[in-house]
Amino acid sequence: MSEQPDSSLRDQIAAAIRDNDVILFMKGTPEQPMCGFSARTAAALQSLPVEFAAVDVLPDPRIRQELSSLSNWPTIPQLFVRGELVGGADIVAEMYESGQLAEVLGVEGGGGPAPAGEEPPGPAPIQIENRLG
Amino acid sequence: MATAAEVKQRIEDGIDGASADVKSDDDVHFSARVVSPAFDGLSLVEQHRLVYSLFGEGELGGEIHALSLTTETP
Repeated sequence: MSEQPDSSLRDQIAAAIRDNDVILFMKGTPEQPMCGFSARTAAALQSLPVEFAAVDVLPDPRIRQELSSLSNWPTIPQLFVRGELVGGADIVAEMYESGQLAEVLGVEGGGGPAPAGEEPPGPAPIQIENRLG
Repeated sequence: MATAAEVKQRIEDGIDGASADVKSDDDVHFSARVVSPAFDGLSLVEQHRLVYSLFGEGELGGEIHALSLTTETP
């Protein structure tokens, strides 16, 4: 609680959100997600004809802290489109299923059940939970 | 440790006219369907923020490892 906010890190996060039309902050990477919620959100985006930037929040816990205070959103993943927070895993899944996600992204596709995504691999998530305490 | 009943109570106490259906198999991962007229006119992001705001800093992702949320107006 007493830690100073890291303004340069926050600026970098804000710049990444501003400079990328579609950007997903997640645990792990789209190729190797480390959490089921991040996996499903990345899979929904990957199933649409859209390019997106992905930022792994796990290497440094400050990324998550600064992102959450910037976005006023407590959990990961977080999807931003054209600088606006679209939502977390639940909203992205709901919007994928209704076809609204494709609409927001300006592409065709989506509608119907959201892709399940790869479950994270075996022991890795446990290590990460230990590390983040 | 929280229970589904406690999470339900917190949501129903915290949001006007809310009724919440909360499930949990392990008391750390929860899923909640919340219906309230308070969501009327709010974006999905704002609706979810309203529910998240009832939980303390670090509680979501901490003691409550995950809260999967669906919000609706009556």
